[in-house]
Amino acid sequence: MQNNIVLSMRNISKSFPGVRALQNVDFTLRKGEIHALMGENGAGKSTLIKVLTGVHPKDSGQIFLEINGGLKEVNVRSPHEAQNLGISTVYQEITLCPNLTVAENMFIGRGNYRTVNWRSMKKKAAEILEKLNIPARAAQQLGTCSIAVQQMVAIARAVDMDCKVLILDEPTSSLDEQEVEKLLSLMRELKSRGVGIIFITHFLDQMYGISDRVTVLRNGELAGEYEVKDLPRVQLISKMMGKDLEDVSSLKKKSLPDEKADSPPVYEAVGLSSTNCPNEFDFKISKGEVNGFTGLLGSGRSESVRAIFAADKITGGRIKINGKSVKIKKPKDAMMHGIGYLPEDRKKDGIVEDLSVRENIILALQVMKGFFRPLSRAEAESFADEYIKLLGIKTASMDTPIKSLSGGNQQKAILARWLLTNPQYLILDEPTRGIDVGTKVEIQKLILRLAGEGVSVTFISSEIEEMLRTCSRLVVMRDRRMVGELRDEEMTQGNIMHMIAGEAEKNG
Amino acid sequence: MGNGFKKLMRTQLVIPLFSLFLIIVFNLIRDVGFFSISIVTNNQGNPVLSGNLISILNGASAVAIMSIGMTFITSSCKGQDISVAAVAAIAGSVFVSVLRSYEITVPVIIYAFLLSCLISVVFSMFNGILVAVFKIQPMIATLILFSAGRSIAYWINGGATPTVSSPLLSAIGGFIPGIPVPTPIIIMIIFLVLISLVLRFTTLGLYTQVVGINEGTAHLNGINPVWVKLLAFVISGVCVATAGCITVCRIGLINHETLLLDAEMDVILAVAIGGTALSGGKFNLYGSVIGAYIIQALTVTLFAMKVPSAAVKAYKAAVIIIIVIFSSPVVKEFVVNLYKKMFKSRVKTPVKAS
Repeated sequence: MQNNIVLSMRNISKSFPGVRALQNVDFTLRKGEIHALMGENGAGKSTLIKVLTGVHPKDSGQIFLEINGGLKEVNVRSPHEAQNLGISTVYQEITLCPNLTVAENMFIGRGNYRTVNWRSMKKKAAEILEKLNIPARAAQQLGTCSIAVQQMVAIARAVDMDCKVLILDEPTSSLDEQEVEKLLSLMRELKSRGVGIIFITHFLDQMYGISDRVTVLRNGELAGEYEVKDLPRVQLISKMMGKDLEDVSSLKKKSLPDEKADSPPVYEAVGLSSTNCPNEFDFKISKGEVNGFTGLLGSGRSESVRAIFAADKITGGRIKINGKSVKIKKPKDAMMHGIGYLPEDRKKDGIVEDLSVRENIILALQVMKGFFRPLSRAEAESFADEYIKLLGIKTASMDTPIKSLSGGNQQKAILARWLLTNPQYLILDEPTRGIDVGTKVEIQKLILRLAGEGVSVTFISSEIEEMLRTCSRLVVMRDRRMVGELRDEEMTQGNIMHMIAGEAEKNG
Repeated sequence: MGNGFKKLMRTQLVIPLFSLFLIIVFNLIRDVGFFSISIVTNNQGNPVLSGNLISILNGASAVAIMSIGMTFITSSCKGQDISVAAVAAIAGSVFVSVLRSYEITVPVIIYAFLLSCLISVVFSMFNGILVAVFKIQPMIATLILFSAGRSIAYWINGGATPTVSSPLLSAIGGFIPGIPVPTPIIIMIIFLVLISLVLRFTTLGLYTQVVGINEGTAHLNGINPVWVKLLAFVISGVCVATAGCITVCRIGLINHETLLLDAEMDVILAVAIGGTALSGGKFNLYGSVIGAYIIQALTVTLFAMKVPSAAVKAYKAAVIIIIVIFSSPVVKEFVVNLYKKMFKSRVKTPVKAS
């Protein structure tokens, strides 16, 4: 019975030079279902989507699409053709024009170009917005909407083009919880209209909250298709990783080192503030400690650690390193005092995309050595080689431009950059965002190992479980202020939630 | 072997070298003796090298030197300095006015050169501050000196076109007695060696590219983008002054209206042909220098073909369009794919010749 199947992909294979990206993968989507596509980075999720939308031609296999009530084989050669067939995609990064209005964004590039009836366009846009319950006005400039609403407009645009299959590639990764909820309810609405939705996400909660079925890919092969309600989380993760989760649960964090009077903190700030973090704060971290900053998006956690590294202009505060007063006014000062900082936005602040993996790894060390003392090619190569091996960075060679690496491997290269400087205090802002579960665990292990070697680490993650597993102390932030601190046993999901929400609960 | 080919296609030097090769082959087919070099006696009675090849290398030196500075600016600031030729006119005017107020000896020439370097660096820094500190688009920022520069040169010259003549100056602009190679070529080589040493013994290359590719990353890794950009303008200032002074020595006078007129476009073109993206980022210094020679080779070829000088520019433009199209990523990808098809499936029918 192929009742209400809208899309069926059979035995899809695709290889790139040197890599088998997909091997005999099957995928089935039914009408009115939300079907999650899960897998680690490099498992083949994006390749499968790109084959489906005609970005990459498939090597072998068949794609069937429901057309006029029957399944017909289709050959999708370009994204445009995919759209005409009713397959629409909304990508992680919004691909609309922020300087045009909502209505213009919904209709641009469609139909004939000769005449535009602005009034009817606006009217139609308003209707769709209302029907889908999207809180935006048709005449509003898209750039003035929140990211979530922009994403919803992108979806509305896709849906209006008579789509049968809607692909959402990580739509929630830059949204906060409220916005996510809005987006999910829009997805439910579309589902009830009979649209088949392919949902790609790294967030397990959202996946479990909304999906009917899940297809798991691993290393370009099908690991299985399941009803979501029949697949417990632990099993899902072990399917994705291809191994049991003992690794994850065996992570053991250190308890907070005893504070000795005779050993001053590695880093101590009093009344620190920066242009981006105007509220003065005090902070210290001792040798070998792993601490975390938690709070909602925009609560000021990233701004605080940026102030520690002097990434923004410092406006006040006194800093002591190992008990000695020092001045940290710019990133280089922080680096010279043994502080390393892995920024939140890997693409914007982390990688130098056109330069090689080698150049990206040695960058910070090179800057610390100074303008007139360049590392020789041989030195640079041996450093890069050492850390590529140490962290297991998957790259064709050390001369490969870093932009051609996967997200997880780029992140490892940036980590390598800072490890190479031999820091005494390492700040990692969202090092695990947007990378696969396997690498996440590796990074968490690495953090604990560094702490064992006496490096102090500040670790920020939007996944609280990750922080609970690794940190021995959590600084909680709300509305750009530090509102509290939790240690060892006090650190429970509940306590953190309460503190973030601002409800007093002193009996933790 | 496929790998070697791909690697070759990836290096930025392919297109400039290939274009140069084509021009040479074209000329050899047209006239076997085109590149023959002969020794003639010049009007000072010294045996010197002569021939089209020498005049290409000699004639391109000013543009080649300026293209070195332009490469750094392009890479780090993601834009071009269109005022280089005007600033060269200022530097040349300073050079001449110093020479005219003293008796021309070697120390005076050095003094005049250093002073014109200083002035040129000051003007270049003015551009640099607008670009790096005030973050004005390079083309807009340098438009100011592009239009005002030659007027400033006019004031320095007092409205005249003063001449200077001395055997010492003609030695710089022409030949040093006893050495048959034109001095500008030697100066160009010295410049190239110097800048290679700077790249080898400092991290200038890495810093410039990091700033050009991703300023945010540069800042967070302790590099000061403002400083790197200003440095690019300082280097360019020295290059521009040198080019200006060489040209003055060659023609023996300073004409603020015509000195290196339109040279900025040749310089920018040299950088583009050389494989540095005009939108900044990875740069290729030697490519820019080769680019300058390509442009000059074209000009000399066209003159040798008796193309009227007014028509030369149109021909030049036509050839340059071809070069630029060939170096576009679209064509590169096409060539790589074509190569793959030809060597991966030899059994299949060969690719149709177009």
